[in-house]
Amino acid sequence: MTLLDFDCVTLSNVSHAYGRRYALKQVSLTCKSGEILGVFGPNGAGKSTFLTLLSTLLDPSSGEIRYGEVAPGVPGAALRARIGLLGHDLHLYPELSARENLEFFARLYGVNDLYQTVDSALKRSGIVDRGHEPISKFSRGMRQRVAIERALMHRPRLVLLDEPFTGLDDVAMRSLSVRLRELRLDGVIIVIATHDLDFSAGFIDRAAILKSGKLVTIETAANKLRSSYEAHIYGGA
Amino acid sequence: MLKAPESHLSTPGFFRVVCLMVMKDLAVETRSKEIVYTTIFFAVSCMLVFAFGFVQEGREIDHVAAGILWVTVTFAGTLALGRTFERERQNETLRAILIAPVDRPAIYVGKFVVLLVLMAAVEVIVVPLVSLMFQVPIFEHSILLVLLLITGTAGFLAVGTLFAAMLVRVKSRGVLLPVVLYPMTIPVIIAGVRGTALLFQPEADLAMAQAWIGMLVFFDTVFITLALWVFEPLMKE
Amino acid sequence: MSNRIFGLLLAASILLCVGAPLMIAWAPYESTMGLVQKIFYFHVPSWMIMFLSVFICGVASMFVIFRRSYRADRIALAAAELAVVFGLIGLVTGPLWARKAWGVWWQWDARLTSALVLWTIFIAYLLLRRYGGPGSERLSAAVALFGMANVPFVYWSVNVWRTVHPKTTVVPSLGPGMREAFWWCAGAFLCVYLLFLVLRIRLEEKRLELESLYLTSEDQYKNYG
Repeated sequence: MTLLDFDCVTLSNVSHAYGRRYALKQVSLTCKSGEILGVFGPNGAGKSTFLTLLSTLLDPSSGEIRYGEVAPGVPGAALRARIGLLGHDLHLYPELSARENLEFFARLYGVNDLYQTVDSALKRSGIVDRGHEPISKFSRGMRQRVAIERALMHRPRLVLLDEPFTGLDDVAMRSLSVRLRELRLDGVIIVIATHDLDFSAGFIDRAAILKSGKLVTIETAANKLRSSYEAHIYGGA
Repeated sequence: MLKAPESHLSTPGFFRVVCLMVMKDLAVETRSKEIVYTTIFFAVSCMLVFAFGFVQEGREIDHVAAGILWVTVTFAGTLALGRTFERERQNETLRAILIAPVDRPAIYVGKFVVLLVLMAAVEVIVVPLVSLMFQVPIFEHSILLVLLLITGTAGFLAVGTLFAAMLVRVKSRGVLLPVVLYPMTIPVIIAGVRGTALLFQPEADLAMAQAWIGMLVFFDTVFITLALWVFEPLMKE
Repeated sequence: MSNRIFGLLLAASILLCVGAPLMIAWAPYESTMGLVQKIFYFHVPSWMIMFLSVFICGVASMFVIFRRSYRADRIALAAAELAVVFGLIGLVTGPLWARKAWGVWWQWDARLTSALVLWTIFIAYLLLRRYGGPGSERLSAAVALFGMANVPFVYWSVNVWRTVHPKTTVVPSLGPGMREAFWWCAGAFLCVYLLFLVLRIRLEEKRLELESLYLTSEDQYKNYG
């Protein structure tokens, strides 16, 4: 099977309305390969909508999103094979074990070296010895680690993470950021929506700040992130 | 410029996806057994309520057994439908499946098959119970009775699976599912009740019962086809 | 929607509606039922219009689902509402007739019952639209499409269900002098229906325009306020 590939994702004047309310207004942005983009903003700013639009699960009400030179309409499934999504709710079946969850999704994606991939995913999430227990017995942090590996098993080109640091302890947070930096070296496009400004400032390349659905600024200097955020969100720009 | 990646994915075909979905759901259900137990219990309670409603001084009012059977199946089926999709919604697993590079209609077929198996388990308990409570013969024309039950339940679930899936993100889904489902499945109820009543009566009218089965087969074909056609565009958020 | 077509429809409706009572009065009395039978001139056309509206809604819904057409959505909504309205007229006139003719309000007549089932399907359409939240347009379109596909099944199953019991049909056959009155009334109903359809679609268009203006003004207010 030939795989689709792209080296950037471009949003042009993308808006999305839910009935009467605009969740995202006229957002234009390009994410390049080998880049970690942080998306910040208060609740209701449109961060989740932004990620859902990028994942192709939602179509913009106006504007266009392009993956490389390709618009999402035509190669639906082939494009989705290159996208990894991790939402707030983790996408795992609590009744099944970590191994069963990973194997199910690996089979769904048609990962070729199935057992190898699942084994290394289990090892990376640090759950090898408890791989046969139902996930409902795990803490939030452990489930998060399994969930992250699930999203990365099929080696996506675009990785979308919604609040990935919630419930993680310091060690786990650090190892996740190391993982993301590794992915960046492989040329993966990473988009993270998070509240955690200070920690993320340490490893993201660019920050997009959303307020009420609008992209108010894109910040590239890590040390200016906090001040820029506060100026735009609280300063009433 | 990135090298085109070597294909590490062989996306599964339609029937493979259906199998994966069915095996996964059966695994989840055999672990928790929540839906099976609660639905069976509900069906039995339903029948008891009807029995108290319709049986006077130990004698049943004529010909209510068939009606009670099918109303019970309808109510239990609605419960099972709601619960199955609610479970997918709770952990956002439906989203994870939708974003996988699979043929969306296969998701519909997978769920449909699982629900059919579940309802078969319920009917295995309920039908003998009907026979016991209302003294109707279930073994005399058992083949026709089984065919009637299969085609009728399949008709109900064909429409129900689609509607339950499309209502998964809607706020009032608990009440809206029956509201849209029941009027739509009235032909199924009529066929089921009339056919079953004909088989329960002392001189069973086999030809007419077969005619009802024929209508149900036709109904199932038309509506499963429609559902497959419409599933993909409806699942986009 | 062109104003000329609208004007034409309005004129036709007025003409037919003014003429209808005259035509009905001129039509001969039916032999057994007398004056009561004349409710027939309202009853049957309302059903015909309801089925037409169901069909229009179903077809428009296909465009809503597959082409995401907003225009089709407005048509589908208007058609669904009118299907419910004209269905209601049929459901009220039917029992009125049955009561006078046979002394019972509801006889489970095959045609009346099928129409009732179809009517409930479209009430479900409206409920889903109203309470389904944003994005319910496409979901209710599925209900309309399935409803339209269901028409033959509903009709067949209710019909066969009824033949077991003694049948009393609400609709007798048309006598010679009555045919003109009937088709005049049918025409009147059709024109009125199309008039209402056009009006409702326009109303919906205006409402959506208002909403988008509201959105833009809210937006600007936030920027300056």
